[in-house]
Amino acid sequence: MTDAFWNTLWTGYVFPGGLILVHILMLTVPLLIAVAYLTLMERKVLAAMSLRMGPNVVGPFGLLQPFADAAKLIFKETIIPSGANKFLFIMAPCITFILALIAWAVIPVAEGWVIANINVGVLYLFAISSLGVYGIIIAGWSSNSRYAFLGALRSSAQMVSYEVSMGFVIITVLLCVGSLNLSAIVQAQKTVWFALPLFPMFIVFFISALAETNRHPFDLPEAEAELVAGYQVEYSSMAFALFFLGEYANMILMSGMTTILFLGGWLPPLDIAPFNWIPGIVWFCLKIFVLLFVFIWVRATVPRYRYDQLMRLGWKVFLPFSLFWVVATAGVLVAFDLLPKGV
Amino acid sequence: MAEVTIANYMVNFGPQHPAAHGVLRLVMELDGEIVERCDPHIGLLHRGTEKLIEHKTYLQAVPYFDRLDYVAPMNQEHAFALATERLLGLEVPARGQAVRVLFAEIGRLLNHLLNVTTHALDCGAMTPALWGFEEREKLMEFYEGVSGARMHAAYFRPGGVHQDLPRGMDEEIVKYLPRMLKVIDDIEGLLTENRIYRQRNVDIGVINAKDAMDWSFSGVMLRGSGVAWDLRKSQPYDGYEKYDFDIPVGKNGDCFDRYLCRIEEMRQSARIIEQVVANMPTGPIASDDRKVVPPKRGEMKRSMEALIHHFKLYTEGYHVPEGEVYAAVEAPKGEFGVYLVSDGSNKPYRCRIRAPGFPHLQATDFLSKGYMLADAVSIVGNMDIVFGEIDR
Repeated sequence: MTDAFWNTLWTGYVFPGGLILVHILMLTVPLLIAVAYLTLMERKVLAAMSLRMGPNVVGPFGLLQPFADAAKLIFKETIIPSGANKFLFIMAPCITFILALIAWAVIPVAEGWVIANINVGVLYLFAISSLGVYGIIIAGWSSNSRYAFLGALRSSAQMVSYEVSMGFVIITVLLCVGSLNLSAIVQAQKTVWFALPLFPMFIVFFISALAETNRHPFDLPEAEAELVAGYQVEYSSMAFALFFLGEYANMILMSGMTTILFLGGWLPPLDIAPFNWIPGIVWFCLKIFVLLFVFIWVRATVPRYRYDQLMRLGWKVFLPFSLFWVVATAGVLVAFDLLPKGV
Repeated sequence: MAEVTIANYMVNFGPQHPAAHGVLRLVMELDGEIVERCDPHIGLLHRGTEKLIEHKTYLQAVPYFDRLDYVAPMNQEHAFALATERLLGLEVPARGQAVRVLFAEIGRLLNHLLNVTTHALDCGAMTPALWGFEEREKLMEFYEGVSGARMHAAYFRPGGVHQDLPRGMDEEIVKYLPRMLKVIDDIEGLLTENRIYRQRNVDIGVINAKDAMDWSFSGVMLRGSGVAWDLRKSQPYDGYEKYDFDIPVGKNGDCFDRYLCRIEEMRQSARIIEQVVANMPTGPIASDDRKVVPPKRGEMKRSMEALIHHFKLYTEGYHVPEGEVYAAVEAPKGEFGVYLVSDGSNKPYRCRIRAPGFPHLQATDFLSKGYMLADAVSIVGNMDIVFGEIDR
């Protein structure tokens, strides 16, 4: 009897649980390393664009710089303002960071390489990215600082606005796929990446992704010249580092989403000899890398929007435009009988 | 339900704020994001320059002027040198004047490069600032070559300039200019036609010509509103009348027009520099009045008289005839004036400094009322404020 009990425990719980843990580690550890090196990449690319060297002292080509930064942040003192709500103040960066990581559970990095291959993957992602705003609101409110509060107000308005048009963009893609499963979305792009037929939507999605991650030109929540650092102005040490990591993990996540929805995920650009020898994960990472480069490129190039201009762009330009495309895409699919049939 | 009163939000903008341009403190009353009131507080960089000058000889006062607007130091020295020369009735030789014009225009380039690019930085564009600073560094090398100091040069002195140009420097400056103009074109490429930059600056901080004059604006702040007033044209000094250059004027008096004026002024400065170098006169760089201008080192080794002059000039200084004078130059930020009162001793009785930034800062409330917080940042950035000269 005991034998059977231990057997069930092992095959039913411990082994699968351990397997999932291994999967999670296999995803998060490279992800965190990627985040660390994204900060270095950003500094290097920005430096190159402004004719500088960038970090080049710590390690060869500054390759150890992210670790030096991390060590610095860890050993700094965590300062909690006396007027702050302590619990929420600590919670906020944790929320941001956790949300940035758990979203990755449904992202297929290559064929079958996904922690949770659920059929509502897109909805899950959308829900998680909507929750991201809480981290920022709570941070802004609990710090009890005026700049932080203004930053939080801006950011909540901004993230909510851009999610609307983002939703419509995703609907357009879903119309063409007929499934909410992210792997199925990638498979549907075997013949042609959605970035080509849905090119305007691809652009809208990418710009919304910039707004969603609070990156230039939509970095109003932390606009340095206006709000000093916005919602994170009171944070220091590891709490700040968590925001930082969360923001960069979100950048990678958004690039990953764009890749899956529009750039054919892990699929090679052409399904012919030299391309399909390369494993899918490499293609996936390569596409994310290119998108991240564009993220940084945009930062080096454009000025920042003003609050009302940003709202206008979101509600008066992107929303009608994406709504029109949803209708147009649906119309074309129905008229030419191209609707996907039972996936 | 109880009645709720909604109070406006007071924000202390600065002095420790990345867009506060030094030590500006703005007490802002915000209704949401709209600026209801914007109250500039000054004095955090007050060093008592004017009072200190009263206790220094005329020559010792020169370095204080470098430290006023430390973005374009030699332009301030210029006003003081002119004021002292007018009191003394001293003529500056042609070469001295040409060298002064040359470096005054380099100062203008230094200033406008800094202002245009940091204003872009305030609007969120980070790359122009870094490009601009590289060019500033190269321009400051010319400062260094001629005076030994990158910033606090103490180079324009009553009677002329301190030293002659190192051999070949004028050609080097002209050779360098096209590269700087290329960078200005690049900066313009990033900003002028950029939609977001335009949205952030067109029709922001509008001031009409009458208001601008009432607030006693000068320089680009006035020209941006369409008033073609430039001291280099209207009251030429040090031979500015010999050079051919245009004064760019704006039309709408908004931040964008002022930005365009600054860009164009840089091109005009380059034009002036080319003309100065092409017609560089030969001869002495400072007056040979040995009661004011110290003799050359070589001369001192030969002549007892020169040695005595040197000793007297660097200990007691020179006595300036009784009287008062106002001398103004077109500094990059506007009219920079020095009002000197002399009681006939070796120290100025009073030295009042008219800094162009001061009246501009006064108008902060007038300009930014009703705009959004982000606009206030853009307006303050565009006003070209340096606290060294405002607080003095």
